[in-house]
Amino acid sequence: MTLSLSHITRRFGKTEVLRGIDLEIDKGELIALLGPSGSGKTSLLRIIAGLDWPDAGTLAFDGQDWLSRSAAERKIGLVFQHYALFPHMKVRDNIAFGLNVLPRAERPGKGAVAETVDRLLSFLQIAPLGDRYPAELSGGQRQRVALGRAMAIQPRVLLLDEPFGALDAQVRRDLRRWLRGVHDSAGITTIFVTHDQEEAFELADRVVVMNEGRIEQTGRPDQIYDHPATPFVARFLGLNVELPVTLNAGRIEAHGLDLSALPRRAMPDGPATLFLRPADILPLPDPNAPFRLTEIASTGALLRIVAEDGTGCRIEAEVPRRAGTRLETGMNVLLRAEAGQVFPGSAQGRATAPAAASDITHALKENRP
Amino acid sequence: MRAASTPGALAPREDRTAQYVLIGLAFLGTAFIVAVPLAYIFWRALSDGVAAFAANIIAPDTLHAIWLTSVVALITVPVNIVIGLSAAWLIARFTFPGRKLLLTIIELPFSISPIIAGVCYLLLYGRQGLLGPTLGAADIQILFALPGIVLVTLFVTAPFVTREVLPLMQAQGSEQEQAALTLGATGFQIFRLVTLPNIRWALLYGAVLATARAVGEFGAVSVVSGSIRGQTNTLPLQIELLFNDLNIVGAFAAASTLTLIALIVLIVKTVIEGRVGREE
Repeated sequence: MTLSLSHITRRFGKTEVLRGIDLEIDKGELIALLGPSGSGKTSLLRIIAGLDWPDAGTLAFDGQDWLSRSAAERKIGLVFQHYALFPHMKVRDNIAFGLNVLPRAERPGKGAVAETVDRLLSFLQIAPLGDRYPAELSGGQRQRVALGRAMAIQPRVLLLDEPFGALDAQVRRDLRRWLRGVHDSAGITTIFVTHDQEEAFELADRVVVMNEGRIEQTGRPDQIYDHPATPFVARFLGLNVELPVTLNAGRIEAHGLDLSALPRRAMPDGPATLFLRPADILPLPDPNAPFRLTEIASTGALLRIVAEDGTGCRIEAEVPRRAGTRLETGMNVLLRAEAGQVFPGSAQGRATAPAAASDITHALKENRP
Repeated sequence: MRAASTPGALAPREDRTAQYVLIGLAFLGTAFIVAVPLAYIFWRALSDGVAAFAANIIAPDTLHAIWLTSVVALITVPVNIVIGLSAAWLIARFTFPGRKLLLTIIELPFSISPIIAGVCYLLLYGRQGLLGPTLGAADIQILFALPGIVLVTLFVTAPFVTREVLPLMQAQGSEQEQAALTLGATGFQIFRLVTLPNIRWALLYGAVLATARAVGEFGAVSVVSGSIRGQTNTLPLQIELLFNDLNIVGAFAAASTLTLIALIVLIVKTVIEGRVGREE
């Protein structure tokens, strides 16, 4: 265990920004705090950095209380979204800053500082830029300098606030891979904040999904992707088709949908809501099925289709274009769900008749094959 | 004129007469209103020859006025820098009740006639004033002496530094300072290595403006100085005095000295303005 947060709460006036955050982070982990804006992820990062303090809760590093320590005493490396480089200093002096401000007794000699800076410059692949000023660098290069400046003090934890937020798509992808490489070879415990799920999933060992000041789910990227724990996480991760279904002895049932591919759930019988990704819905031509294709639009690689059942239920799905050549508007289709997540309770505004709830264990026992 | 607004070589020819007439008028107007009167000062100052000019400058009273004006500027400008910088930092970095009020009060001297400042200080520190008897009992001379002149000069120059530094500090935000904090810098190191370099040209620009004002202030100082020849006469007051004495060459000689100071300040200001523009 390296970093341990428990019951962290933070209020700004009447707004509760963090409502009880519990999180354990291991040494050397690369963690993503993922959530929409206003979910409290940056507030949490600032508290870990020592730029803000919670109203309640504890924060400890290797058993030492961190809330009683200043940002400088914690020795963290913080990279700001807009880098916050010192514009009047050369890249070299920016990186050396954390070493040059050390008390005289601890400060390494000029030669040692220059050596550290040179080593970081080549490690971060910006060796030729040492004598430039920040204004003369591209966004991606500034990001590297900002990381170098944070790493120069050999931080215990590296914190990055939306590290790729201000960059264009291609640079983002390159930097993402580069940052993963930097993390793997330097081995520093790293926490970064992002609102981009692709970024979080590609880069992180573990993703912490946040919403309205709470942690919704923590887990490995694949785990979260396949098993979103709450309706919020499901929607946030693109499972934006919400359908009313009925749970019957652990099986998910809905008229006009083939849900046989979905595993059985240990949940009580009754109304529930099924969350699906548009790409996980497969339309199969079937003249007897209730759904009719009303729209087909191509985005190049994909066909975006809309199917309606005549009672107001409208489902959007995505099919690879080459797999959907036989589809035509007006055609009746059976919709087959390849994967999805179900949560008890009915979908918003679309209540279905409540069925008698029965005991989970009972339901499971009855239907065990 | 910006390059973008200059038409390319293939643009249709247009009549530029009106443009040239307006430019000519602008130059003519500035010449008559500003340049000619200023040039005339030097011409009149030197009208009796360089020797008479020099003799008038080194006349003890005038020399003393130059010295006094310099002393006032040397005291007020550094005080202004410290106070202005602190106020700008306070207003830019913190939110507290009365923040807007503080800003308004700092800017008040811009809109108040300097003579009112003088009268205020007269009423406050005068013999019949609020603090007069106390100060009199303690044998502290504020009015009709250097302290009074310095105080009113501080009043009229108060807004300059804050006015220049504050917008820059607000635009830059505090992220660089926070970055320095996480990198282990102490408060003083952050100020010296991060905050100050970022605002140095704006600060210097504010200081130059404050200097120009401190050197040239007439209204407020004339009320509180008492105009004692060779003792409490600053250069602007000395010029008026010489003028009233019908010592035209003396008045113009002193005026030319003041103008010279102003021109130097103007040049410094122009150079700094370029720097400030580039950094923003």
